[in-house]
Amino acid sequence: MIAAFLKSAIRLSATFLFGSTGEIIIEKGGHLNLGIPGVMSVGAACGCIAEFYMVRAFGTSAPFMLLAIPILVTLLTGALMGLLFSFLTVTLRANQNVVGLAMTTFGVGLAGYLITKMQSQNFIIITRASKFYLNLFNLAGNDNWFVKIFLSHGILVYIAIILAIVVQIILSKTRVGLNLRAVGENPATADAAGINVTKYRYVSTCVGCAISALGGLFCIMDYMGGNWEYILEGYGWLSIALVIFTMWRPALAIPGSFIFGGLYILSSYIDGVTFAQMEIINILPYAVAIVVLIITSIFGKKNVQPPAALGLSYFREER
Amino acid sequence: MEKTVAIELKGITKVFGDVIANKNVDLELYRGEILSVLGENGSGKTTLMNMIAGIYFPDEGQIFVDGKEVVIKSPKDAFAHKIGMIHQHFKLVDVFTAADNIILGEKCPKFDVKQEAERIRAEHEAENKAFEEYKPEEHTGVLSYMKAPKFHKPSETKRKIAALPFVKLGRAMKFNWLARHRADEVQKIANKFGFQIDLKKKIYDMSVSEKQTVEIIKVLYRGADILILDEPTAVLTPQEIDKLFEVLRNMKAHGKSIIIITHKLNEVMEISDRVAVLRKGEHIATVNTSETNEQELTEMMVGKKVSLNIDRTEPHDAKDRLVVSGLTALNEEGVKVLDDVSFEARSGEILGIAGIAGSGQRQLLEAIAGLYKVKSGEITYNDPNNEDKPVDLRSKTPLQIRNLGVRLSFVPEDRLGMGLVGNMDLVDNMMLRSYRKGFMFLDRKSPKKLAETIVEELEVVTPSTHTAVRKLSGGNVQKVLVGREISSAPTVLMAAYPVRGLDINSSYTIYNLLNEQKEKGVAVIFVGEDLDVLIELCDRIMVICAGKVTGVVDGRTANKNDIGLLMMGKSSEENEAADNETQAIKEDGIDE
Amino acid sequence: MSNMKNSARTLKEAKEPLFHLVKRQQISTGKAWAIRIGTIIFSILFISVLTSIVFRESPFEVIKYMFEGAFGTNLRVNVFFRDMSILLIIALAVTPAFKMKFWNIGAEGQVLISAYLTIVCMYYLGGKVSNGALIVISLLAALVGGMAWAVIPAIFKALWNTNETLFTLMMNYIALQIVLFSIKVWMPAGSGQLAPLPYGNLPHIGGGDYVTSIIVAIIITLFLFVYMRFSKHGYEVAVVGESQNTARYIGINVPKIIVRTLALSGAICGVAGFLIAAGIDHTVSIDTVGGRGFTAVLVSWLGQFNPLAMTVMSFVVILLTIGTTNVMVNSGVANDFFAEVSTGVAFLIIIICEFFIRYNIKFRKRVENDHPAVPDNQQQAELQEGGTAHIEDENEIGSEEVE
Repeated sequence: MIAAFLKSAIRLSATFLFGSTGEIIIEKGGHLNLGIPGVMSVGAACGCIAEFYMVRAFGTSAPFMLLAIPILVTLLTGALMGLLFSFLTVTLRANQNVVGLAMTTFGVGLAGYLITKMQSQNFIIITRASKFYLNLFNLAGNDNWFVKIFLSHGILVYIAIILAIVVQIILSKTRVGLNLRAVGENPATADAAGINVTKYRYVSTCVGCAISALGGLFCIMDYMGGNWEYILEGYGWLSIALVIFTMWRPALAIPGSFIFGGLYILSSYIDGVTFAQMEIINILPYAVAIVVLIITSIFGKKNVQPPAALGLSYFREER
Repeated sequence: MEKTVAIELKGITKVFGDVIANKNVDLELYRGEILSVLGENGSGKTTLMNMIAGIYFPDEGQIFVDGKEVVIKSPKDAFAHKIGMIHQHFKLVDVFTAADNIILGEKCPKFDVKQEAERIRAEHEAENKAFEEYKPEEHTGVLSYMKAPKFHKPSETKRKIAALPFVKLGRAMKFNWLARHRADEVQKIANKFGFQIDLKKKIYDMSVSEKQTVEIIKVLYRGADILILDEPTAVLTPQEIDKLFEVLRNMKAHGKSIIIITHKLNEVMEISDRVAVLRKGEHIATVNTSETNEQELTEMMVGKKVSLNIDRTEPHDAKDRLVVSGLTALNEEGVKVLDDVSFEARSGEILGIAGIAGSGQRQLLEAIAGLYKVKSGEITYNDPNNEDKPVDLRSKTPLQIRNLGVRLSFVPEDRLGMGLVGNMDLVDNMMLRSYRKGFMFLDRKSPKKLAETIVEELEVVTPSTHTAVRKLSGGNVQKVLVGREISSAPTVLMAAYPVRGLDINSSYTIYNLLNEQKEKGVAVIFVGEDLDVLIELCDRIMVICAGKVTGVVDGRTANKNDIGLLMMGKSSEENEAADNETQAIKEDGIDE
Repeated sequence: MSNMKNSARTLKEAKEPLFHLVKRQQISTGKAWAIRIGTIIFSILFISVLTSIVFRESPFEVIKYMFEGAFGTNLRVNVFFRDMSILLIIALAVTPAFKMKFWNIGAEGQVLISAYLTIVCMYYLGGKVSNGALIVISLLAALVGGMAWAVIPAIFKALWNTNETLFTLMMNYIALQIVLFSIKVWMPAGSGQLAPLPYGNLPHIGGGDYVTSIIVAIIITLFLFVYMRFSKHGYEVAVVGESQNTARYIGINVPKIIVRTLALSGAICGVAGFLIAAGIDHTVSIDTVGGRGFTAVLVSWLGQFNPLAMTVMSFVVILLTIGTTNVMVNSGVANDFFAEVSTGVAFLIIIICEFFIRYNIKFRKRVENDHPAVPDNQQQAELQEGGTAHIEDENEIGSEEVE
């Protein structure tokens, strides 16, 4: 029972992990992107549509195409949304909160529209591809508890964790990470040091959005088994909350997202609760996010604060 | 030693709008020397240097580096010519360590695949050779096998070389590892010039002087041979200044050329080899420091001795209006910014406050106004409308102070960030002080009248009273602010740097306003930076240094020298001793 | 931020790209609004064309359907203005907070919780107290709920500067879970939907549920207009929003203002929730607010916090929502999401338009130095003695844009 719970928690956590890893990259560069729910939705929708055409073209005979093409399409869609966000906030200097919210409205709507449109066809066939997401590198069947909990997942779960670690290393140990952090902390200084602030913000936003979008695809194709549900908006918002929970560290996002995932599914794993009580238990992830938010704001030291220039636009002429 | 010219400026002219900031300036800087650029506020020193550093581009004239004419359009260009400038406002990332700040944005060496392949091949071959010749029995010891050469198979060499294009790609995207010991590399440079600094410390844990050191190391690390320091001593304590000068001399010994912008004569005499004097944007002369003295420099700097002619009347019926005793306050880091400050401000008198910038002036005024948290001490106001009955002001909010009937006006240093709201028009800004009158709704009529009165009487240049104040020029903004503060008929008026950035005419308007208030019996507290003005305007001058009061002198008898020493934290006895012994610092020796 | 300089720029001309952006010095309010109205019309046309492409209808047909959907019959007109009123009320609710630079994106939750509390009162007290009393009680409950949902984040913001954007966002979900919980308590089995309750409904004025909302919207619009522009409270909100330092300097208790303003915000959201629950739906579900809380944030922002402009914005949003839905109905395609897409696109277009109101694109030419060079604040500091002293006193109206 506990093993099953932990396993599910970890499985779900990949959605949050992709989302918050992406958002951390974006925020480290100084952008507060409230459009993540939209990005995840559109990314997942486009990925699923790609999946649909792949399944129709190849049946289930070409696992590589069934995996690679939808993932690529999702990444690309995410990056395009990121491009839109950066264009509006960096080049057109619009307020980041407003653009983010508008992108969420737009993205969630577009995803819903596309999916509804597809569902008039035989969209359900994408569930057939789900097993490829699930089975690759999945060691289920082994009786070892460790394998059961940690190693019986689909490939994207591992990718999420590896990605978080890689991003953490890039941010803290490489020059590009140092430069990006400088851009998010003090763009004027970064600019004076010869770093192209605009370029860094564009690229980090696009990359971050692409990674977040992958979380959407994972959620639908792996966690939901290929059945489309309109749940990504909520997951997107939680991913943004998770960024604060993890104090802008992707490595901490791994346990953080496990906890969020666990809280999210907790109600289904407690014996003897009614459906009504389940809904109350489901408040937990949100309540915990708020509590963490409050605690970090009261006791937060300098190094757990958000990037200093978060949410602020930077224009060189205003030096 | 023959002197070679590092930089030469010829006929540099720079005009801002209608104002000439620099006019036909010629200047030479030699290798391995320290040149002081001396001038009063507004003499165009910083503008001139900014043109060398690539912040501005000259309208006319030429710049030569090592005898070749160069075009410097951006700080990058300046760096290409090994010119680095340390500005007054540090450009540092707070949450980074010093070392990371220094290496930020540094150019990485070009990565050449072919060369790198050669290197790997050679390295492997050498090691293979060593492997063949290696006789394990000759090497004993626990770690010997770790030191033993390893054999590289040809396939390994091939693989490594094949990976190089990807390494190049990674480098292009700047995925270079930050060396674990990157701080050590920087430390070497720091040691070379004798900086004492912990480069692994985060910037937010650093003092101003440490931050400045980081800025200097940063410039050196980038390979600058010519360093320009913009008023580096303005924010430093005397000990820190000594340390800085030592480092500067060290850099000079290493062949660096240094320009130091300052208006402090004693520093000029102490540190520089030559002095270039600017006055009103024009280059007056460049002289060898050893062949001149402070008197001469002062004359060059100010031109003819200018009398300010501020009308100072004798205070009459001076009563203690505001009494501060034992005031102590801490900043966020728990450092004392005000240390046992005691003084009294008297009615009908102007009390000047002198001190190096950042000695606690702001905190003192804000503490009195109820805006800065006080740790201990008393602030007492003697209410003239109530038979001078004492009122306790300590730890009261501005509103409580107001409600006690205390008419305290405050012209803060940060005009648009605190005194006024930049995006609001004149009328709404007038209302800041008066909006509480009446019930529920705002009365815009009397503020409008007030705004019109101020515009008229103080000759504020504005299209209308409905213009946002941020659109006004500095002088006009200040008139609006001072006008509003005076309009409430205060009994205490505090003004922090009220003439900063203002032209002569506007400055005089402000002086006159302060004098008027004094004659009306107001206790005026004036925080200033120009000692000449303080001496001519104020009845008494209190000098503070690092949050402590170092002395109170009479404005009618004070001289700049005494005040200058007090600003450095020396008591007046030491002061006299210093005077008698060395006569090193003469009158008018210290500006600001 | 944003002090776009034309000044020192001309000197750096050599390295300038092909064009550069110049912050408009002074754009007349009239002209700005003309651009905005133009953009709104453009965005409606744009979406019509988009719709026509998607649904393979002629653009003219689309526009016809859109307006027919909105104003085709008396009933449609009423529904249109009712929906518009509700959206406008929520948008007005968030406005004072925004004016204070408090990014409250929790209107969704604030409205939902008050609608929920209204239904709670109706559910438990329905039939036990008179209808009139019930209406009063549920209104009070709604106000308290909305206020609580707004004030809790405000208190933490005021005292510890806790990030309000995420706090209010999470509050939305807590409200949502509470509603889910109650519905499952009330409807343990079955459809999982609460049937409309017959108690404590607002009386229909003029034979429908529209007029009440419209009247309330008009009242709140006028109230807020006066409040923001002519009341002391509104002035304090503006000062806090512009500069907390200045606010403290003149003795404003900043935390108090933050909490008070959010209480007002929450209360107005409470009214909206009450109108939805007691006046229109008579039930509550997780779709009761249906994203209107977020849409309202954009309406408020893109309406420049101006109640009149917000009215126009709400009009456009509802027109697009109802209009595109009608187009779909007429072309036989059922897809609820197209309305959301079109609203999103419209918002993006309007965001882009704001840029052109604030900035002029100047193509690279040796522009004659028509604006005297005056360094902005920071440069001024750097320049302290760079001759600014002399420049200062000129009148640089319109040359210096410091924000």
